[in-house]
Amino acid sequence: MSELPAAIELIDVWKRFDEHEAVRAINLAIPQGEFFSLLGPSGCGKTTTLRMIAGFEQPSEGVLRLLGQEIQNTPPHRRNVNMVFQNYALFPHLTVFENIAFGLKARRVSNQEIRRRVSESLEMVQLPGLEHRKPAQLSGGQQQRVALARALVNRPAVLLLDEPLGALDQKLRKEMQLELKRLQREVGITFVYVTHDQEEALTMSDRIAVMNQGRVLQTAEPRQIYDYPATRFVADFIGTTNFINGRIISTGNETASVELDGLGIVCMTMQEGLATGQSITLAIRPERLRLNKPSSQGQANQIEGILEEIIFIGNDTQYLVRFKNGVRFLVREQNQSPTERGASYQTGQPLQVTWSPAGANVLLE
Amino acid sequence: MQKRGAPFFAGYYILLLFALYLPIGILFLFSLNDGVVFAFPLKGLTTHWYRDMLRNAELLQAGMNSLQVAVASSLAATSLATTSAIALLRFQFKGKSPFIALALVPLLVPYIILGAALLVLFAILGVERSLWTVAVAHTIVSLPYALLVIMARMVGFDKHLEEAAQDLGATYVYTLRRVILPLIAPAILAAWLVAFTVSFDEFILASFLIGRRPTLPVYLLSQLRFANRFPQVIALTVLVMLASLSLVLLAQWLQRRGSAIPESDRSGQFARVPGFEDLAFQGEGSSEPHE
Amino acid sequence: MLKNRTIAWSLLTPSAAWLILFFVLPMIGMLILSLRPDMRGGPFQLGWLPTVKHYQNIITGEVYLPLLWLSIKVAFGVAMAATLLAYPLAYFLVFHAGRRSSFLLTLAILPFWTSYLLRIIAWKTMLGSNGLVNNLLIYLGLVEEPVRILLYSRLAVIVTLVYVWLPFVALPIFASLHRINPSFLEAAAILGASPWRSFFKVTLPLSLPGVIAGFFMVFIPTVGEYITPMLVGGTRSTLYGNIIELYFGDGANWPLGSAMSVVMLAGVLLLALVISRLVDLRRLVG
Repeated sequence: MSELPAAIELIDVWKRFDEHEAVRAINLAIPQGEFFSLLGPSGCGKTTTLRMIAGFEQPSEGVLRLLGQEIQNTPPHRRNVNMVFQNYALFPHLTVFENIAFGLKARRVSNQEIRRRVSESLEMVQLPGLEHRKPAQLSGGQQQRVALARALVNRPAVLLLDEPLGALDQKLRKEMQLELKRLQREVGITFVYVTHDQEEALTMSDRIAVMNQGRVLQTAEPRQIYDYPATRFVADFIGTTNFINGRIISTGNETASVELDGLGIVCMTMQEGLATGQSITLAIRPERLRLNKPSSQGQANQIEGILEEIIFIGNDTQYLVRFKNGVRFLVREQNQSPTERGASYQTGQPLQVTWSPAGANVLLE
Repeated sequence: MQKRGAPFFAGYYILLLFALYLPIGILFLFSLNDGVVFAFPLKGLTTHWYRDMLRNAELLQAGMNSLQVAVASSLAATSLATTSAIALLRFQFKGKSPFIALALVPLLVPYIILGAALLVLFAILGVERSLWTVAVAHTIVSLPYALLVIMARMVGFDKHLEEAAQDLGATYVYTLRRVILPLIAPAILAAWLVAFTVSFDEFILASFLIGRRPTLPVYLLSQLRFANRFPQVIALTVLVMLASLSLVLLAQWLQRRGSAIPESDRSGQFARVPGFEDLAFQGEGSSEPHE
Repeated sequence: MLKNRTIAWSLLTPSAAWLILFFVLPMIGMLILSLRPDMRGGPFQLGWLPTVKHYQNIITGEVYLPLLWLSIKVAFGVAMAATLLAYPLAYFLVFHAGRRSSFLLTLAILPFWTSYLLRIIAWKTMLGSNGLVNNLLIYLGLVEEPVRILLYSRLAVIVTLVYVWLPFVALPIFASLHRINPSFLEAAAILGASPWRSFFKVTLPLSLPGVIAGFFMVFIPTVGEYITPMLVGGTRSTLYGNIIELYFGDGANWPLGSAMSVVMLAGVLLLALVISRLVDLRRLVG
């Protein structure tokens, strides 16, 4: 692995549009064969980054490498990358066959070869027999597959995907997520996938780069990003997170004590770089919290609060608890059986919220 | 939506349609009337004006002249409009707004002034007046229409299509040939048709800039004082009218049948002649249709 | 958006050059010519001294400005009448004609595709002493002799021009009404607006750009009109355009004709500017 050049490498890449800085000092190295996602809210610079790799935008500064070769000055039609567009951008005047063959024809591949590869790729996306339809005669899901086939038939070094599932309904989207993952494993091509849907990114990616305001905040595997978000933004953007401010009052080898504003002292796992007196933010996922009646005692950290709202969301129930300093925490518990929990708590009831010392993350900032 | 007053509006439509078609219908009647004076009562049915017309070399020549001017000027205007529309909507460069203003301002100038100004120019340049000078004038007045028709179509289609083509390895010329031109072909046809009709029927510019060979409208007017020749002229214009109507309907039918445009875009594409309204929206449409 | 300036300008240069050569240059030429004392020596003649005497002539003369004012009034009346008549037509097509609206629009527009001159001549025929209108009046016993003022009057000019332009005005109005999101009107109805109120508060303001466009599409050609007065207006209905045409034709006074054209163009452009500003203002307020 270390001998192979990265499929895509961005070194200190900037992109400015007039006054606006769309991409700021991005460094990325995407190894060959990886399913890599750029995740962030709209306007975070993820699409601009993708378009720079494709060649539709030129970086204002920095170096772009494709398989070790600098490409920032190569026009899009000479880059060995292909893109699946958000709305597929299928040519409406051409048939499915002509759409898929477009890239091969532009590169003067022989007709016989074109026929072979087109039918091969239609097979790959499980759409044989639709060669002579026009895009307008296909369903959204089928158009999506044609767009994929049109890109993959050229055997690019890297496939870029710009929110390709955005236009599909929830169910089809789930199906296509798995399908895309399967396809990527089969063809072994590097995928760079842009999305604002954190669940989508977590499901499919080998690694994710979370972006905001033109910067990459964290690049890691999905589990790592979810469990150990590097910044408050990442913690908040990926899943739901409760935040509470405090100050470190003592540190030990394994644990540290934190005084929460007006709520007493809690315990957390010791991490490098923490010192007494430091102000920190604790980030705790709703599913790592538990609710207890006030009387119960335990080892874990506990804070008392008032249950403000109960939100039933099918497989889970969410509880909104308000502490006496005004901070609200969201607690999420799985529904075990139909009648079990829902009725057991009532709004207005005092409760204890508890968590284990390892359940909280420290954000310095 | 309120459906009240529907009978009133329907009645108004029918009345207006009647008023619009009545004078044309009367002319049609007179082209079949066996008499040279345009007055009721009619004298009796005849087709001899049509037969005379077919033998009237001068008249037919005027028709040919008009055809020549219309073909030349509409081809020129449409090509200029196509290349300009592509440059304006698909490239980023300075000087777009001045160009758009320049191309659309002829819409604000009465033909009589443009005709006089071109007359002056050709006199100063020492260019003799001819069908060609008329054709030049016609390109100036049909260019804005053609430009607006084509630009409206180009704003309408996904600009990612061109990126997709380039992403798939197509050079710009290949993209132009295989993607852009096929997609705007219906608009080019519509623009050409508008330009052709504007030119074929145009009288004021032609009367200022014509040389010895008259176009049909110029000839038509010159024949007004010869009562006995006039029915033939009317007969020819009736034929021209029928021809141009069938051309419009044919184009509309072709477009409905052969295009990959979604149903929603199609309605009234030919009927819609853009004008000042689009001028008012030029800011939105032209500068940056990104996102 | 591509940034290749070479391709962009090579695509644009032919049109730009064409427009500069055959539109900008002639306009400048006309402006210069309007300052020339006379045509002695032909169009090539150099060495003449610029003068504003033609402009003085136009402004102080008793004919030109009143005639221009008359032309503007006639054009305004024609444009107004055509717009008012076309509006209900477009309204019907958009809101009441359903799926056939496209076809019915085409049907109403078709007369516009027939020869301009022919349509004027058709009215000459209709309004003439033996024409349809007089025939009808006599047949109905309303008059005993043909009414001669039908033809060769200012009214005849106006009626004819309204007829000629009406279908054309319907297009931009149709387009702007077509663009109105039906949910706006539904929202107005749900909020309790009466049909009339929602028309004046929603439909009309939203269709105003189309109305203005239609108005100018008639006003501009009509203000320079000279054929219709010639054919159906008779000598007493001469308009400003007829004089310009005369000076560039048989009258052969190009400098004065040029000055008259410049004055008219300035007036038209000024009016267009004022009206477009007014409409913008109203949009900002409303």
